[in-house]
Amino acid sequence: MRHDVFIAGYGGQGVLLAGNLLSYAAIHEGRNVSFFPAYGVEKRGGAAMCTVIIADGDTGSPVVGHPSVAIMLNQLSFDKYAAKVKPGGFCIVNSSLVEADTAALPGVTLVRVPMNQIAIELGDARMVNMVACGAYAAVSGALALPSLQEALQKALPARNHSFIPANVKAMEAGAEQVRSAQGQ
Amino acid sequence: MIGKQFVKGNEAVAMAAIKAGVRCYFGYPITPQSDIPEYLSRELPRNGGTFIQAESEIGAINMVLGASAAGLRAMTSSSGPGISLKQEGISYMAGSELPGVIVDIMRQGPGLGGIDASQADYYQATRGGGHGGYRIIVLAPGSVQEMYDLTMLAFDLSDLYRIPAMVLADSVLGQMKESITPNRRPVCALPPKDWAVRGWAEGSPQNVVKSLKLGDGEMEKFHWEMHARYQLLADRESRWEEYRTDDARLIVTAFGSTARISRTAVETARAAGMKVGLLRPITLVPFPKKIYADLSRRCKLFLDIELSTGQMIDDVRLSVERDTEVAFYGRPPGAGSLPTPEEIFEQIGKVYP
Amino acid sequence: MKQVFGRSPSLKDVQTHFCPGCHHGAVHRLVAEAMDEFAIRDRTIGCASVGCSVFLYGYFNIDVVESPHGRAPAVATGVKRARPDNIVFTYQGDGDLAAIGMSEIIHAANRGEDITVIFVNNTTYGMTGGQMAPTTMPGQKTSTSPYGRDINNDGAPFKMAELLSNLDGVAFSARVAVNNPRNVLAAKKLVKTAFRYQVEGRGFSFIEALAACPTNWGMQPLAANERVGSEMIPYFPLGVYKNTDNL
Ligand SMILES: Cc1ncc(C[n+]2csc(CCOP(=O)(O)OP(=O)(O)O)c2C)c(N)n1
Ligand code: SF4
Ligand SMILES: [Mg+2]
Repeated sequence: MRHDVFIAGYGGQGVLLAGNLLSYAAIHEGRNVSFFPAYGVEKRGGAAMCTVIIADGDTGSPVVGHPSVAIMLNQLSFDKYAAKVKPGGFCIVNSSLVEADTAALPGVTLVRVPMNQIAIELGDARMVNMVACGAYAAVSGALALPSLQEALQKALPARNHSFIPANVKAMEAGAEQVRSAQGQ
Repeated sequence: MIGKQFVKGNEAVAMAAIKAGVRCYFGYPITPQSDIPEYLSRELPRNGGTFIQAESEIGAINMVLGASAAGLRAMTSSSGPGISLKQEGISYMAGSELPGVIVDIMRQGPGLGGIDASQADYYQATRGGGHGGYRIIVLAPGSVQEMYDLTMLAFDLSDLYRIPAMVLADSVLGQMKESITPNRRPVCALPPKDWAVRGWAEGSPQNVVKSLKLGDGEMEKFHWEMHARYQLLADRESRWEEYRTDDARLIVTAFGSTARISRTAVETARAAGMKVGLLRPITLVPFPKKIYADLSRRCKLFLDIELSTGQMIDDVRLSVERDTEVAFYGRPPGAGSLPTPEEIFEQIGKVYP
Repeated sequence: MKQVFGRSPSLKDVQTHFCPGCHHGAVHRLVAEAMDEFAIRDRTIGCASVGCSVFLYGYFNIDVVESPHGRAPAVATGVKRARPDNIVFTYQGDGDLAAIGMSEIIHAANRGEDITVIFVNNTTYGMTGGQMAPTTMPGQKTSTSPYGRDINNDGAPFKMAELLSNLDGVAFSARVAVNNPRNVLAAKKLVKTAFRYQVEGRGFSFIEALAACPTNWGMQPLAANERVGSEMIPYFPLGVYKNTDNL
């Protein structure tokens, strides 16, 4: 199996950490991973994006023209990249910040997750990326939630390990949001 | 077994350098390779080595020249503008037959250019770069694991042939993260560095490391000797990777990150029933000419892919049989110009014989 | 926030890319005001360096040449010799001027080139992400001095305003800071003096401006501003190191 996911947002939304978490989780499951980051020119507030490839065999190209899953954390990213998602793929949008029109993406399943809202409800607006990771796990089935939780140990510096329980909750909430939406 | 580690390409280079026994690193900050000096400023002193942030790339390469002349494994790393500045020192090292490793994480140029991935320094790397008519060994990794493995190899080849060696990658390979196995240093029988300056002891010969050759016929002899050594290098050390070339009608050829991207395009083409393969040179100097010649007798067409307007294609054309057709698809480097596998697949479709 | 100064006509009305709390913006304004004072905007040519100030052309209403890293004083020499009636200045960071460009600055100064050099010392390589600079302070941790600058290995920080003042070719050399209103006023005066020297054709003039780089110092803007006063000024004293007005 080969899974690819493209994550984009603005600097400060934790795009790269999200990509790292997905990577560590996949490694934990014994898969091969390639993580390719790209930064905007501006130091702050600029665009941040990354591509993660998870594969049992060769990960192949680190660059993907038409990803099977995209996670769009802000409007700018959605406007610029959502149309690239492969037909049959999924576009997970942070509906707290993104107004997304299903009609614009024929053949693509739009998954709305109010990430900011969920993160704030859980007590920390910075956990948007954690909610996104949870949602990705549920949408793609590429990774198990416990692996993501395991990944937090690796991806976060030791001084931030006290945040892990809260982050785990945020991941679960992201996944739950997807499941309940799919159940409907 | 040694555990796998999930690291950036640049970090893999730095880790491998330490494993290869580098004693001295001299460098100057430049994006997109600063992870290398940053890692080594932390780890090299702990491993008994010396790290100096030089005043410039010119300073850095000449520090490498000095440390190497003194017999130690030394390296530097940089990108476009800095590599240009290092050419003076590299030329002197080549003229003095000094080993040393130079890592070039290519970015856009000319001039200040930009920090996105580029392969437009292929000519600069493979044609010697500086004055005087010399070659350096050029290795082109295609994965983070190879960033590690080829950095180690660069030290050994450089010591073995007394030719500076370059690891030529780009910001895709430098910045991407993959799991690697930090392999042990391979066993390689190396000649003693009896030419190194260490103080002229009574009864031993005087050692002089220099490139000035004024004697009658001295320079000519040097060039013929080096020429023979380059030939030996080509015979023994040419490396490449083939993927599904056995029955291929069309062979895509590319190095480094574009080879990585192309491989996925080749897989797509195969899935669509097209007989397409990939030939990836791992050593750019020596360029693996023979395999190009061999394969050109079997396939109909080569498709050369580069992140430039076409440089390696010259070597491809010089290597294939005379009447072999070589098509080209390139994107000059710059923000947003990295080709995708889908795009390369489309190009394959256009020229597929 | 109350606007104290109006925008200088030499500056474009745009938002800069500088991080919050960065002092480059304040130094830009002082340079613009000096151009306004002498009404030289339309004959001033800027030589940008490579660093966070590389986008000079985006902020000043003047013609600009981009120079290779460290080479602005040589580029400025060429421009000034080609157009002696123009006012030519370089704007360089500490990595640019005092590391890779040390040779060019010393020689331009020693030749007494009739140019003005604005040198922004923020004790780090801002643009490339906070590596050690030639002005990084003893013990200061940066991404390439993770154990703190060790003067036995890395040497002591260069004090450029003092160093250049020893050269016969230098007509004016001063160090300023923009960390509080009093220092800004003093700096404004000295930057004008530096440009006056060139307007009067009196030779090489040099301003070192101490500056905060909150991003790479890992500090909030206020704390970074405070560091300029508490750590930098005691090590890099402000003042005029050379002035040839009375000669
Ligand atoms: C020859 C060369 N080497 C290295 C670089 C990378 N580089 C860009 S800016 C910079 C240093 C910037 O630091 P500084 O001059 O202190 O300016 P600041 O950003 O701090 O204002 C470096 C090393 C380059 N562009 N060219
Ligand atoms: S990195 Fe530092 S010098 Fe550069 S804009 Fe930000 S604060 Fe200013
Ligand atoms: Mg600086």
